[in-house]
Amino acid sequence: MSESTAAQRDAPPATADSQGMNYLVSLPRRIVTVYVPLGAFLVVLLFPFYWMIVTTFKPNEELLSREGNPFWVKNPTFAHIRKLLFDTSYPDWLWNTILISVVATFVSIACSVLAAYAIERLRFKGSRYVGMSIFLAYLVPPSILFIPLAQIIYQLQLFDTRLALILTYPTFLIPFCTWLLMGYFKSIPFELEECALIDGASRWQILTKIVLPLAVPGLISAGIFAFTLSWNEFIYALTFVSSSEVKTVPVGVITELVEGDVYHWGALMAGALFGSLPVAVLYSFFVEYYVSGLTGAVKE
Amino acid sequence: MLPAAVLLLVFLTYPLGLGTWLGFTDTKIGRGGEWVGLENYAFLWGDSVTRLALFNTIFYTAIASVIKFALGLWLALLLNKHLPFKAFFRAVVLLPFIVPTALSAIAFWWIYDSQFSILSWGLVKLGLIDRYIDFLGEPWNARLATIAANIWRGVPFVAITLLAGLQTISPSYYEAASLDGASPWQQFRHVTLPLLTPIIAVVMTFSVLFTFTDFQLIYVLTRGGPLNATHLMATLSFQRAIPGGALGEGAAIATAMVPFLLAAILVSYFGLQRRAWQQGGGDK
Repeated sequence: MSESTAAQRDAPPATADSQGMNYLVSLPRRIVTVYVPLGAFLVVLLFPFYWMIVTTFKPNEELLSREGNPFWVKNPTFAHIRKLLFDTSYPDWLWNTILISVVATFVSIACSVLAAYAIERLRFKGSRYVGMSIFLAYLVPPSILFIPLAQIIYQLQLFDTRLALILTYPTFLIPFCTWLLMGYFKSIPFELEECALIDGASRWQILTKIVLPLAVPGLISAGIFAFTLSWNEFIYALTFVSSSEVKTVPVGVITELVEGDVYHWGALMAGALFGSLPVAVLYSFFVEYYVSGLTGAVKE
Repeated sequence: MLPAAVLLLVFLTYPLGLGTWLGFTDTKIGRGGEWVGLENYAFLWGDSVTRLALFNTIFYTAIASVIKFALGLWLALLLNKHLPFKAFFRAVVLLPFIVPTALSAIAFWWIYDSQFSILSWGLVKLGLIDRYIDFLGEPWNARLATIAANIWRGVPFVAITLLAGLQTISPSYYEAASLDGASPWQQFRHVTLPLLTPIIAVVMTFSVLFTFTDFQLIYVLTRGGPLNATHLMATLSFQRAIPGGALGEGAAIATAMVPFLLAAILVSYFGLQRRAWQQGGGDK
């Protein structure tokens, strides 16, 4: 705490110099107050990823030696990746994760569009409260819900199936997507819909032909968000599924690659790396949408 | 479309209600439970592990949230300057938040390894320590190590959302302030902070919420060990309910988290309203 307040005291041009007062701040000072801390942040934030990559390609004898420079790989090897792909069910997990995430995302988006539109535009009694409770529902964390949901899953005989996850993921995706989409729908001028109504369009036509095309950025944000959230989901997947064939990547890596006291660090890191890559790549294509979704959801 | 909304409510509130109800029963996996009233809670209140978990959770949340806020705000201020490749930096900064926590936690697990930790290696080479640190084996080390990992994951979220807030502050305020002779620190204190308060309240509510109910990091890094020193409410409830089979007891622990969460939400919600009123904003 004290360290950072001190730094803010040193670095307050922070806010000032983005405002055209730059010329008052000399370059050396800028380097010390901006680039050095920023560089430190980046190094710390990215180091675990770098470490993941390095470990993936390191042969075991380099991994388990304290000599030499650990930050570089001398004899890169694909042994860990080969082990991961052929000696474990990793490809299955990857496929499960993709399948579950995609289906859960589409189901959630479809439901959220209807719900958000209903709340925002069909002004039924108490729609404001419904909107509020949707937001509160988003705040209910999975760590509270997993036990009752496990009970429900048992009763529905869905335990240990992919369907269990596909059905439970929307419980946290729908509130979030609805909340996000409500913001987007709100920004669409009401007059457009009135015109359509006068021209004789039905509610359904208004939704599909006017509102949705205008809300495409919102749909993309919600979709990306829902996808990453379901990809990253851990506690439900850990609780509702137990056989290897239906596990998702995060759960599979944690529960099956760790055998007793012998840690296959290379394979573990390779698993973590390939489990992270798809979301990271997808994210890199849609950064703007993701950020706007994140900040939009918070700002509301 | 109305049914969609109603269905949603039922679908979401039912598990919550069921969870609360389960907390009052002695349900085990594979067998229905009897109503036992407050027995679960009475037992948990006297249970030293639960008390420890409660302490850990509060400690973990408090320390991690404060540091996340400080570092996040600092990073947001840094990113708010005119920088080359600003969009790139922003994208990179969010990475820890994007990748699955369970997987990045594995990376931390390896970084914290008791024999081959890269951190220990670095410190030994620098001559600061002479023995490898057992990051996850000692209670206090483990607590601090998990907090550090949580901060690593949470800072990007705080920074990026606060950055969005910073960008909505009009430059003319700073111009006016600097013309009036305000020092950079004064500008930060009297312009940035007040205007940022509403968004800080929301962001910190989220942050506290997610930290308080954290599960993945702890589960992967320590499973609550050593000696239950890192058990949080969420991991304890999982451990009692799923491997332990005592669904009722687990549900009781989970339900016990709710009042704390509500308190956090209310504090930030009212904090938010007060600020809006102070700035002359009317009722929304």
